[in-house]
Amino acid sequence: MATFNVHVTIENKPGISDPEGETILNDLVLKGTHSAISKIKTAKMLKFTIKEKDKKSAQTRVKEICDELRIYNPMVSKVTIDVFDS
Amino acid sequence: MKIGVIVFPGSNCDRDMYHVLTDVFKLDAEYFWHEKGLPKNIDAVILPGGFSYGDRLRSGAIAAHSPIIKDVKKMAEKGIPILGVCNGFQILVEAGLLPGALLKNTSLNFMCKWTSLIVENNTTPFTNKLKLHQKIPIPIANGEGRYYVDDETLKKLKKKNQIVFRYSEVVNGSSDRIAGVCNEDGNVVGMMPHPERAAESAINPIDNKPSSLIFESLLNTIGVKN
Repeated sequence: MATFNVHVTIENKPGISDPEGETILNDLVLKGTHSAISKIKTAKMLKFTIKEKDKKSAQTRVKEICDELRIYNPMVSKVTIDVFDS
Repeated sequence: MKIGVIVFPGSNCDRDMYHVLTDVFKLDAEYFWHEKGLPKNIDAVILPGGFSYGDRLRSGAIAAHSPIIKDVKKMAEKGIPILGVCNGFQILVEAGLLPGALLKNTSLNFMCKWTSLIVENNTTPFTNKLKLHQKIPIPIANGEGRYYVDDETLKKLKKKNQIVFRYSEVVNGSSDRIAGVCNEDGNVVGMMPHPERAAESAINPIDNKPSSLIFESLLNTIGVKN
């Protein structure tokens, strides 16, 4: 067994407005000289530390936990799960 | 005849709800701590407003896993009237008893103000004394009150008459101005505004009658006259 850090990023699905991200883009970033930026989305990240046999198992287990406990609401959110060595 | 008012860590409208049920409408009500079960002789269940678990993770997301929710689900299946107000609505949604999601208001502000509702379904246990399209002056107090459903679910809600209340104007960016919904059977109702803060003339500067009809509907349903 090894220890892994698993990052769960929860963000709104495409098409669902993200007023905080839009404000950061329009009223902060684009008011500077950063015209190359076209989109900013806010998200919530949960960092899990987990003991598992390998990275794939760590990712599968954390996804199961997120689904079972409704860590995200599937009506509005999508999750991205990234695994790193501890 | 007894109404259960469920108390979670962080509930803060439980006393207002209990007061309205007992002092104003002379009903027998009892608080139930979320870690306990509900007795079988309960005739209706109310999940009051507040900030259960400090809105950690997402409003209602943690309370939705409280032990008492298992009993609430069983009672929902039996057809017992269940009302969630504000955070109670968020908990019912997160528990999967009602469809949709409640997002941060478009303004990103906590909104605490008077608004008005339009009755869209007057067949539920909490709206059967109201007239269809009746207007209800009522306060809202929430930060995550923007009701969202995808287009497919919205069509289903319309088809099955599950939209119970709409705001009379655009308030917080909710899908189709929805302020309250019910389950397919109609016995589980959730609403963001606070009827318990509007059912008495002493605290309602506009008209307390429409909100009091929400409680009178419940009386009508469970067979007790006021």
